[in-house]
Amino acid sequence: MSAAKNINITLKIWRQKNAKAKGSMETYKLDNVSTASSFLEMLDQLNEQLINEKKEPVAFDHDCREGICGMCSLYINGRAHGPDSGITTCQLHMRMFNDGDTIYIEPWRSKAFPVVKDLVVDRSAFDRIQQAGGFVSVNTSGNTIDANSIPVPKDDADKAFMAAACIGCGACVATCKNGSAMLFVGAKVSQYALLPQGKVEATQRVLNMVRQMDEEGFGNCTNTGACEIECPKGISLENIARMNREYLKASLK
Amino acid sequence: MKLDSKIPAGPLKDKWTNHKNHLKLVAPNNRPKIDIIVVGTGLAGASAAASLGEMGYNVKAFCFQDSPRRAHSIAAQGGINAAKNYQNDGDSVYRLFYDTIKGGDYRAREANVHRLAEVSGNIIDQCVAQGVPFAREYGGMLDNRSFGGTQVQRTFYAAGQTGQQLLLGAYSALSRQIGLGRVKMYNRHEMLDLVKVDGKARGIIARNLITGEIERHSAHAVVIASGGYGNVYFLSTNAMGSNVTAAWKVHKQGALFANPCFVQIHPTCIPVHGTNQSKLTLMSESLRNSGRIWVPKKKEDAEAIRAGKLKPTQIAEEDRDYFLERRYPAFGNLVPRDVASRAAKERCDAGFGIEANDTNEGVYLDFSTEIQNKGRQAAYAKGNHNPTPEEITKLGKAWLEEKYGNLFTMYQKITDENPYETPMKIYPAVHYTMGGVWVDYNLQSTIPGCFVAGEANFSDHGANRLGASALMQGLADGYFVLPYTISNYLADEIRTGKISTDAPEFAEAESRVKDAISKFLNNNGSKSVDHFHKRLGLIMWNKVGMARNEEGLKQAIQEIAQLKEEFYNEVYVPGSADELNPELDKAMRVADFIELGQLMAMDALQRKESCGGHFREEYQDAEGETLRDDVNFKFVGAWEYKGSDISKAELHKEELVYEEIKIAARNYK
Repeated sequence: MSAAKNINITLKIWRQKNAKAKGSMETYKLDNVSTASSFLEMLDQLNEQLINEKKEPVAFDHDCREGICGMCSLYINGRAHGPDSGITTCQLHMRMFNDGDTIYIEPWRSKAFPVVKDLVVDRSAFDRIQQAGGFVSVNTSGNTIDANSIPVPKDDADKAFMAAACIGCGACVATCKNGSAMLFVGAKVSQYALLPQGKVEATQRVLNMVRQMDEEGFGNCTNTGACEIECPKGISLENIARMNREYLKASLK
Repeated sequence: MKLDSKIPAGPLKDKWTNHKNHLKLVAPNNRPKIDIIVVGTGLAGASAAASLGEMGYNVKAFCFQDSPRRAHSIAAQGGINAAKNYQNDGDSVYRLFYDTIKGGDYRAREANVHRLAEVSGNIIDQCVAQGVPFAREYGGMLDNRSFGGTQVQRTFYAAGQTGQQLLLGAYSALSRQIGLGRVKMYNRHEMLDLVKVDGKARGIIARNLITGEIERHSAHAVVIASGGYGNVYFLSTNAMGSNVTAAWKVHKQGALFANPCFVQIHPTCIPVHGTNQSKLTLMSESLRNSGRIWVPKKKEDAEAIRAGKLKPTQIAEEDRDYFLERRYPAFGNLVPRDVASRAAKERCDAGFGIEANDTNEGVYLDFSTEIQNKGRQAAYAKGNHNPTPEEITKLGKAWLEEKYGNLFTMYQKITDENPYETPMKIYPAVHYTMGGVWVDYNLQSTIPGCFVAGEANFSDHGANRLGASALMQGLADGYFVLPYTISNYLADEIRTGKISTDAPEFAEAESRVKDAISKFLNNNGSKSVDHFHKRLGLIMWNKVGMARNEEGLKQAIQEIAQLKEEFYNEVYVPGSADELNPELDKAMRVADFIELGQLMAMDALQRKESCGGHFREEYQDAEGETLRDDVNFKFVGAWEYKGSDISKAELHKEELVYEEIKIAARNYK
């Protein structure tokens, strides 16, 4: 482990008062940032400095700060979740940067994710896609069958889990030149398609979720694979292929 | 005030079944006439909202995050307990019940805990039916692992992301109801007060965090499922937004707050790195299945490690002190959390800590033995009966990666060290709060119509929660308890009709909220909200943390009261009321944390015994083990709010009765 040190940086941050306002990049100097800090702790430090100067702090989304809630976002130096792979912004650490660096921070940019304020965007379109079909229609009941009565091949269970590991952060959409949500939707469709419990409603599910995805204004997939590269959870493109197969099967019924 | 726990009569194992059979029902055609508010969308809130929506009630659900899927249940790593006995190791409902009561150091209600154990199996069935992808064995059956405080394998898991998968299961059920119009979801809304009409909970005041609008919402019953209060310590494993506000507002409206001093300090978290640190990250307890905890036997070795002159891998086996295995041979590294945390603190206080931070607080969690064991097994399984050391190490690391891959990656990203090669550094951190709003057997608080579920209530974990039991309780409350008990209450509300938000009580509550907001925004102070929150956290950690004593607690009470005054005089909150204003959100939350902090210290002061997570230095035996006092403190301490001077709060006692279990000293040796 390299010992922590302090660095001085320049930040160029997107500031936008609200959804209707016109935004712009603003410049801030920030000194004595520990390289052991996380990227969001660096932003905390900036906000503390702004508050002490009686200026408006930068709004950004964050919550768990351990890479699982999917609330944090940020386009950092032109990359979703910044210059490291397999992590969310909250897991990015300042040791990835050098003294004197200028760092550009922007919100997710996509038609379906309008900016709310500064770096905060509205991702409720993902919720609506889930509401259209991302579930098994089983009510709460003390009488569901025993959990072990339907064996599930380990390989299918593992693949379903890997698809279900999606945190819904939206990096796939933000990084796609088409603003496509196919990795997100493909992952959810795949999780259920791979499990016996999900097969009953497979036809309706894929049709409804894809319809909602299109209504929300997400773009189409042109197989550039950028989403897979920037996905903090390593969701595979195979999920898009599986969704396309499911969609084709459903359309032919 | 007489506390009535409403525990049903009859033999323990029949209580819940008999109770359910006699609860009042609301007919399906009447349910659409009834409104229910659910605050919080973690495991308890999402499962409750979904289940109540399915039943046909009108549900309004609230969360402060941008989506209900982000609630902090999502971060639970290790697993969920259920008494399925799939592993044929002698597990049963009774054993899960017994382990939980014992793990809680005999400070939980027998009847509640037995019910929890009874429904635990249904939870797994329900989740599998929803498509939750639990880990499985090659035969297609569900896999299990062990957790602390037990000698069976009853924990179901999905890699190190069990909470995520369970929450997404509950979220999918909730999403279905939202899509069907049975639940109306309010994202980015924070509950800022409870509205009571004629003594009953009849609604809430919520702030739309985007527009700043203060909204009135009415209902026939309100469910609080807003999680725990670990962030009172500023640094904890909770999410940044986790807060006590909803629970505290309910308390201020008359609901008693029980056992606030019962806080779980989790033994395996990544140690503190510096003053700008914003939160602490947990490394799942499941790692204690495979990792061995140690510090150097010799002080000079510990010093050399801290100075960077020695690496842990250079310390010979005989120079390592596996202190949990030494002190607790029967349970070893799998002792309950409170026991493991105190043992680590004891070694660090004695000068054997290995972390080079201000306090030298850190111990090792070492996977090298497991790499050798599992590597050898894997080689044999492949038919290689003469594996080379390199082959063993390679296979052993691959085994670890499959079991704990995401946790190891998470650790490496934070610390820049590779835990496959060098032991993890860990130290206890605030994780879970056993205390919470007092509820009866029906999960109803002392305010009629106000129900409290999940971590927000106090009910099932006594003075210490066992690993993999929080997920179990959250889902038990939401899926399998509240739907029955809340219907019993609502059966008397079918003729009430719509509750009007024009009632004067709504106007009063709204003006309380608006006054508080405008006071902060016009305060013209000079210090940030975080400045005060960090100071509160330090007082709490140092004086109401892992070890407490009378003198420290008395000081803490004084210091927090003083901090409160300073906070209101000197805090600076930028921005306005009618926009997204995260500093304002924080100010409202920290105001409640400060009051709660003082109550926690008062509760810790009155409880003159050591039990579970509450360790009073005055009450320990010669070996440093807790000394419980069952004659004088076998009660739930429930506090009544008596105005903004918290020192006036009044303690009520609910005596705990043990009919089934013979109360005994907790022994993990």
